[in-house]
Amino acid sequence: MDQYLILIPLLPLIGFLINGILGKKLPKNLVGTLGTLAVFGSFLLSLFAFLEVRESGQALSQTAFTWMQIAGLKFDIAFLADPLSTQMMLIITGIGSLIHLYSIGYMHEDEGFYKFFAYLNLFVFSMLLLVMGSNYLLLFFGWEGVGLCSYLLIGFWYQNLEYGKAARKAFVMNRIGDLGLMLGLFMLLQHAGSLEYKEVMASLSTLSTEKAACIGLLLFVGATGKSAQIPLYTWLPDAMAGPTPVSALIHAATMVTAGIYLIVRSSALYSMVPEVLEIIGYVGLATALFAGLIAIRQNDIKKVLAYSTVSQLGFMFVALGVGAYSTAMFHLTTHAFFKALMFLGSGSVIHAMGGEQDIRKMGGLAKKLKITHLTFLVGTLAIIGFPLTSGFFSKDEILAKVYEHSPIMWGLLLLASAITAFYMLRMFFLTFHGSFRGTHDQEHHLHESPISMTLPLMVLAVLSLAGGFLNVPAFISEGSEHLHAWLNSVVTDASGGHHLDHSTEWMLMGVASALALIILVSTYVVYVSKKSTAAEDNQLTGIQKWMNNKFYIDELYQSVVQKPIEAISNLGYNIIDRGIIDGSVNFIGKSVEVAGNALRRIQNGNVEYYLLYMVLGIFFLLVFKFVL
Amino acid sequence: MELILIPLFFAAVQFFVKGRTASWLALASTLVSLGWTISMISGYAMDGSTVNIVDMEWLKFAGIRFTLGYDGISLMMVLLTNLALPIIVLASWDRNYGKSPLYLGLALLMQAALVGVFLAQDGILFYVFWELALIPIYFISALWGGENKNRITLKFFIYTFFGSIFMLIGLLLWKSYGSSTNGFAWMSLVQSQIPSNIAFWAFLGFALAFAIKLPLFPFHTWQPDTYAVAPAGGTMLLSGIMLKMGLFGFIKWALPLVPHVGENMMHLLSVLAVIGIVYGSIIAIKQNDMKRLVAFSSMAHVGLIAAGIFTQSLEGIQGAIIQMLNHGITAIGLFFVIDVIERRMETRELTLLSGIAKVSPVFAVMTLILVMGSVAVPLTNGFVGEFILLKSVFDSNATLGVIAGLTIIFCAVYLLRMVQFSLFGPSNAQNKKFTPLTWAEGLGLGTLCFFVLWIGLNPDPFFGLTERSVSNLLSLFNSIKVQP
Repeated sequence: MDQYLILIPLLPLIGFLINGILGKKLPKNLVGTLGTLAVFGSFLLSLFAFLEVRESGQALSQTAFTWMQIAGLKFDIAFLADPLSTQMMLIITGIGSLIHLYSIGYMHEDEGFYKFFAYLNLFVFSMLLLVMGSNYLLLFFGWEGVGLCSYLLIGFWYQNLEYGKAARKAFVMNRIGDLGLMLGLFMLLQHAGSLEYKEVMASLSTLSTEKAACIGLLLFVGATGKSAQIPLYTWLPDAMAGPTPVSALIHAATMVTAGIYLIVRSSALYSMVPEVLEIIGYVGLATALFAGLIAIRQNDIKKVLAYSTVSQLGFMFVALGVGAYSTAMFHLTTHAFFKALMFLGSGSVIHAMGGEQDIRKMGGLAKKLKITHLTFLVGTLAIIGFPLTSGFFSKDEILAKVYEHSPIMWGLLLLASAITAFYMLRMFFLTFHGSFRGTHDQEHHLHESPISMTLPLMVLAVLSLAGGFLNVPAFISEGSEHLHAWLNSVVTDASGGHHLDHSTEWMLMGVASALALIILVSTYVVYVSKKSTAAEDNQLTGIQKWMNNKFYIDELYQSVVQKPIEAISNLGYNIIDRGIIDGSVNFIGKSVEVAGNALRRIQNGNVEYYLLYMVLGIFFLLVFKFVL
Repeated sequence: MELILIPLFFAAVQFFVKGRTASWLALASTLVSLGWTISMISGYAMDGSTVNIVDMEWLKFAGIRFTLGYDGISLMMVLLTNLALPIIVLASWDRNYGKSPLYLGLALLMQAALVGVFLAQDGILFYVFWELALIPIYFISALWGGENKNRITLKFFIYTFFGSIFMLIGLLLWKSYGSSTNGFAWMSLVQSQIPSNIAFWAFLGFALAFAIKLPLFPFHTWQPDTYAVAPAGGTMLLSGIMLKMGLFGFIKWALPLVPHVGENMMHLLSVLAVIGIVYGSIIAIKQNDMKRLVAFSSMAHVGLIAAGIFTQSLEGIQGAIIQMLNHGITAIGLFFVIDVIERRMETRELTLLSGIAKVSPVFAVMTLILVMGSVAVPLTNGFVGEFILLKSVFDSNATLGVIAGLTIIFCAVYLLRMVQFSLFGPSNAQNKKFTPLTWAEGLGLGTLCFFVLWIGLNPDPFFGLTERSVSNLLSLFNSIKVQP
């Protein structure tokens, strides 16, 4: 009865094949419709799977075929729909459908239209493999597959060299993480003899703590690559070179959350090693703060959103770090809603501005782009944690769980969330309020986007507003923690030592909300009433200049890693390879030649000399034979 | 037997024809061989047994027999050879030498010799085919090569010939000092007793010959020059098939000596192989000649295959064998791609190319598929082998495994750089010269891409072909009693 599961990833794959092979000759509307319907079909089936799982309380599974068997190991292409994967499937295909729909309008003028839809479908296919696999191998397939799609889509406008560079950077940095993940899988295989989740989890009881820690760290290395955490985050802001729907789908809502999914999927392992969780928490916290600081001084609307994504992913990792796996999943979900919304909104803005992305050249767009403005406002309120929006509930829950764990971490995370509120509101006000600062031409062209683009915005805005009610904390309404209940059978939250009493919870919620409101008011005063604008880059000094230049991390990596390797490559080739190694080979060859030349002189054609050699030869033979 | 006779017969026929007829005959011959191979594979029981083809006396006084036979491993190697040859004929189709009966005849002769290497069950016969394979490739490179062809091909010839002599010495030592009851017959040699100091020198002789052929670091310096100077067809023969002689040699002829010489030797070789992976990868990063770039990348990939063999585990060797097939497919594919570019643009310098994807999207897609196979993205053939190989190396030595694993990062760096500078970037006026693919190019590249995806999606039958043979081989080696 579960035999339809395989159709869920298969539909986008078929869409990819049709559009990839025939798309060039098909009319654009058909290409776009096909691509969108393929993903929407998956969404409907995912919904069906979700209902079935909810009804029966049983996970669905389906084995397609045996991929390979070697030396007693067996690797299956097998799918699993349990509460965790169905939640991811709904996000991927749901938001995916909306973004496909949006792309029909957004990419309409592009000559690579069919290619775009083909790649996008391929991405959804890979992402579904990642979350639907019933083993780590299929997860790895999807993991690398989404990396490939991300590479193709970042470098979508391949004639631009800079974009190509960003695409390669993303692929290579992801591969660094992938190596960690792969080594982690090898260790799991060594221990469990299988990569099936069920068997791996069953074998954990005999796994030593050291090994568990090692595996946990290796998987986390993979997660830092894909989910853009310190130290492997620098590819994500550059990835904004891709078309905006790509940023929304891949680099905000889905692919970058794969690291979270991986750790939640392996939560039983992580709960064995609290030290590793601790590390994850600190890395997440550092990333949340660091990326937030950088975002304050960015003026490219997409770059701000990109750093904000890095920072928000940091929040999720903090949640994982305190063992609140389902809380991380909650924030993952709401973040997918409001960040996809804002990316698509920024796309609508860029569309209207004729390609301009610098918020210093915008302003006052609220009047002309009414729907974009309103929906973007919803997204902004959600991310800053304005009461009752989706982000409010999910972020508050993270803060509460962190407070249980360590009040100091809570303080720092609150700071990060204040920074978030500041840079998001700064961007929002600079873009939509105040007076227009662009060219006259741009002002003349300002227009709201077509319905295919605004409809997804509206749907996402509703989700961003109401998404929080998926999981209302127990102290407000008993029995409304739907998401926790849903994930309960798959993940067991490690935190749960001591529960906060209700008054503390109310207090925490109050502090966070008050902070958000204060920042809302003060940024309004600064950027709208006083009409302050962003400073020019050359006016910045001190820490602000560092923030503007992203703390020079890219430059650091370049001079510490990239340049030395390139230098070694050049030196290695010219000196070691051509010089020393090949030199010695040639030297041996030459020596033989020289010796040959010397010996050749002996054969000079004079009979007397030959006679001499013969006599000498006979003499020595006799000596050899009789004397020695 | 037919597998050797068919190419030999058609090689002889080449003397009587010329022009396109020669090309068509060569293509027909290679296709017949391929068909024959497939029918042999489907007739094979997959039980790891060795099937005898022919066994007759040859040089009785020296204990040398003419024995040919095959197991799953040989079949896989023959499949690689006979799959590669039609592609190589197609790749040469639009070059002048693709119509030359001499070139085609030499390629067919080479095919016969290669098949002989993989089927030989007698040491001296193995050696004879091994050396025979060198002659045609020498002439192909020397006659149709590029700049400096004489110096470079001579060096290649002498270098590899130099190595082979030591293999012959090794064989003679093995037979003379061992207790072989049936001359140079493989099974008899393997089961024979041999003093460990003699075995050490014999092993060293084999290892040197194979290491040069692979090439294993630091015996590799003939390779980039030769690959760069040889005509595309020659480079494909060299990288696609010929270096597998060395890998195959290690599995079948060197590993049985390991019990006599001890594990230290294997550890040393593993270290060399892993150095080769990192070394080749790093050097490849800054190469601007596409052929040299792929030559160094090939060194890295072959290093990993060798490291897998040196683990002497079922996984390592199984991974190595499937990766030999995969490397054959992707290396031939990449050199094919480079030739397609060079033939049109008259250069293969990355600094002079840009934006070819714009003028030929189909070509770009096929190139990307082959590159992804080489980068080992899952669901391509390269991933299958690389995953198993890295696992086997990691299992046998975690440190080496991690270092070897760097290949998955570096490979992405240098191959994506190659893609960036040739296919992507702004299209320039030069690209007008990039005419659409011919049918031969399209068919050849298309077939290779098909295999990249097929093996990636469903590698199980390919593993199945060799699994029992490899495990039989390993248990045979494990049963070898070492002379105290």
